[in-house]
Amino acid sequence: MTNTLSSASPQSAGSDVSILSDTAFLTDLRRQMVKFATLQLSNSQHAEDAVQEALMGALKNAKSFGGRAALKTWVFAILKNKIADFLRQKKRMLEANSLLHENEEAEDFSELFDHSGFWQGDEKPATWGNPQSALHQNQFWKVFELCLETLPGNQARVFMMKEFVELETAEICSTVGITTSNLNVMLHRSRLRLRECLENTWFLKGERA
Amino acid sequence: MMNCHQATRLISESQERDLSLAEKLRLKMHVMMCSGCKNFSLQIPFLSQAMKAYAQGSDEASEDKAKN
Repeated sequence: MTNTLSSASPQSAGSDVSILSDTAFLTDLRRQMVKFATLQLSNSQHAEDAVQEALMGALKNAKSFGGRAALKTWVFAILKNKIADFLRQKKRMLEANSLLHENEEAEDFSELFDHSGFWQGDEKPATWGNPQSALHQNQFWKVFELCLETLPGNQARVFMMKEFVELETAEICSTVGITTSNLNVMLHRSRLRLRECLENTWFLKGERA
Repeated sequence: MMNCHQATRLISESQERDLSLAEKLRLKMHVMMCSGCKNFSLQIPFLSQAMKAYAQGSDEASEDKAKN
């Protein structure tokens, strides 16, 4: 609490000190980064390494940041670059993984769609009302993280490369070693799953919104 | 006529590329008659928005918590 108050001070000198001594903030930031990196790299050791490097790099320059939000945005930008570099180096490994998972996921759709390709009765997407209001609720982000974690590793990875790291389609394909058509299939699957998870664990529990 | 599997695939792909006019028309025909795919078409852009807000969203959340 006292840290929060001191960081609100307009004096940059005051906020530098408070960010670096605010262990609760740093611990929380580190936890979020590890979670993000682990989803991307599916290897906790590599994830820890990437987070460590990004965090050390950013904290060295903590003086130039006026507040927590600015530092966090920057730290995540560095982390994204580290992950992108790492993924480029590990292209071949990922390629082998993608092939491995391709068959496992083949039967997914029979749960969602009937044999003619129409929604199974209870799988039909429901109305979410005004989903944007969820973006301001702490609890929603916990559900969102849990749903991301339920995605199979490769789906989570390409989905986050597309939507979070914001790589171009062509770059994702060459990095992961898949065709555009493979990528479209994986993104389609990850969106179907993520949507379903959010609907079941958040949007149909109406009282919250 | 297009089924829901194909419609959701096109809706998903519309996040990656511009659909052709023919694809858009076929999709529109399907979505007009299918409430499930209509909801899906509204939810997919939201997933993208939520993903982009993920880091910043947690920021706002922790700041809100600190204020209270």
